[in-house]
Amino acid sequence: MDVLNTPRIEDPDGFYAELLGAHEGLSEAESHALNARLVLLLANAVGDRDVLTATLNLAKKAGG
Amino acid sequence: MVDVRYETAFTLYPYQRSADQDAATPVRHPVVIVGGGPVGMGMALDLGQKGVPCVVLDDHDGVGIGSRAICFAKRTLEICDRMGAGDPMVDLGVVWNVGKVFREERQIYDFNLLPEEGHKRPAFINLQQPYFEKFLVERIRAAQSEGAPIDIRGKNAVLSVDAQDDFVTLEVDSPEGPYTIEADYLIACDGARSPVRGMLGHDFTGRVFEDNFLICDVKMKAQFPTERWFWFDPPFNPGQSVLLHKQPDDIWRIDFQLGWDIDRKAVVQPEYYMPKVQAMLGPDVAFEPEWVSVYTFQCMSMDAYRHGPVFFAGDSAHQVSPFGARGCNGGMQDVDNLAWKLAAVYHGEADAKLLESYNEERKHGAEENILNSSRTTDFMTPKSPIAKLFRESVLDLVEHTDAMRPLVNSGRLSMPCVYDGSSLNGPDDARMPARTRVGATVVDAPVSGGWLIDQLGNDFKVLAVNCDITVEGLETLRVDADPLMSERYLGDAGQAVYLIRPDQIVAARWETATPAEVISALQTAKGG
Repeated sequence: MDVLNTPRIEDPDGFYAELLGAHEGLSEAESHALNARLVLLLANAVGDRDVLTATLNLAKKAGG
Repeated sequence: MVDVRYETAFTLYPYQRSADQDAATPVRHPVVIVGGGPVGMGMALDLGQKGVPCVVLDDHDGVGIGSRAICFAKRTLEICDRMGAGDPMVDLGVVWNVGKVFREERQIYDFNLLPEEGHKRPAFINLQQPYFEKFLVERIRAAQSEGAPIDIRGKNAVLSVDAQDDFVTLEVDSPEGPYTIEADYLIACDGARSPVRGMLGHDFTGRVFEDNFLICDVKMKAQFPTERWFWFDPPFNPGQSVLLHKQPDDIWRIDFQLGWDIDRKAVVQPEYYMPKVQAMLGPDVAFEPEWVSVYTFQCMSMDAYRHGPVFFAGDSAHQVSPFGARGCNGGMQDVDNLAWKLAAVYHGEADAKLLESYNEERKHGAEENILNSSRTTDFMTPKSPIAKLFRESVLDLVEHTDAMRPLVNSGRLSMPCVYDGSSLNGPDDARMPARTRVGATVVDAPVSGGWLIDQLGNDFKVLAVNCDITVEGLETLRVDADPLMSERYLGDAGQAVYLIRPDQIVAARWETATPAEVISALQTAKGG
């Protein structure tokens, strides 16, 4: 699936810094919760049901 | 007495008594440069060749030992070419374009820095800093014999600096005792620990990263390819990163990340580093250590790089962590930026207010370098458990998908900044390519008779692509666009007139321009 294998993030270094910045000062539990909210919002932004399933599968596989 | 702070690799400018030491009253010089490193010598060479008399004070009489800076970027080579010093660097330097990133023992990523054809110089060469400095000094010697007013004084150490509004008084120590000189302008190129900055009481602030790196330069005959190899968590340095680079003379640079809690004295002992290097290279590779040092990452900057008649350039003004080659390369861009401005003011071709743009433009460049170096360091040394988790997740994913490649950060290698929004910028035309926009460094291309970069020279110049224009007092370089020139300079325009600064920055561009419009932009580029 192209969308899963193609870099798409604009200004990747800036995004990464912003992502880590959002976690700064949070406890582990708060970071978990922030990540969960992020996943849900980003899933909504993606929308496509097949892409979401493929994303879940890839994320699971990469952690294996 | 002048203290010996380090061993020299080459003695290039032994102490000689100067007439200033016998003068009844202090002699005033247009420019005094403190520090004989790459930035100080580059500054002297550039100024001297532009006819600005300058004195270089260095507390040693040659080039310090140890490789230190090794990656010299394309832009630095172009600046050295402009000053006539590029060829010996590229002849001796090791050219590389490809980088590979490993995790444990697996390659997870590779990149090519300059996949594009049509440039005189490669993206990077690796060259030991002593050679880089030696070639600059040799070029200074040649320029002196052609009449360039450069005076290098070895074993001359600054004891005190007194800065007035429009001149500086320096007390200088020498092997034959102290003497005093004055300067209309002082340029401090005396490194990250800048004594001049300290004497004038200016702050140097920023971030110290909680990590240490061990640099081992080793001599060996090895069959590694000429590429930049970077490891996350290799078996020979578990949990940390390692970088390998080839230099001339069969010297290889190895950087080991060590972490924060280390014994800085113990890690530079052979008992510590020899087994570490051997484990990396394999049991059968014979090697000899050439230079070993330990350092802590820091990103620091002064608030302002100009204080009245005193300028700060290179590490004295700004310091970056090294993965990204933005230290010495950034310093050479300071040289590029300041020399023509000082020369224009010295020769009465521009008002002294032009000099204020040095701080404006180079502060912008240094901030970009510090931002990139800080982000790289944050990726290599995650500062919290969650940052570590994200870093490991990026590396997990990158082994399964190309999508995450841009997030892997093992160094964002030095590129010249674009002076977007500079007060020296003139009119732009959005139909033309973004990469050669106003404020950007010119992009090289082959043109009839050689390379574009070589034909721009040392002065303001008009580049007329597919057209002609005559502007009084300016030389015009006329070029018929081939497909490469079109792609780099025309875009959607049919023809173009570019005004190029002496530091090869685009000052203004038009599809069609009148001589009056070009002259007006020239005034703006000279500070108005």
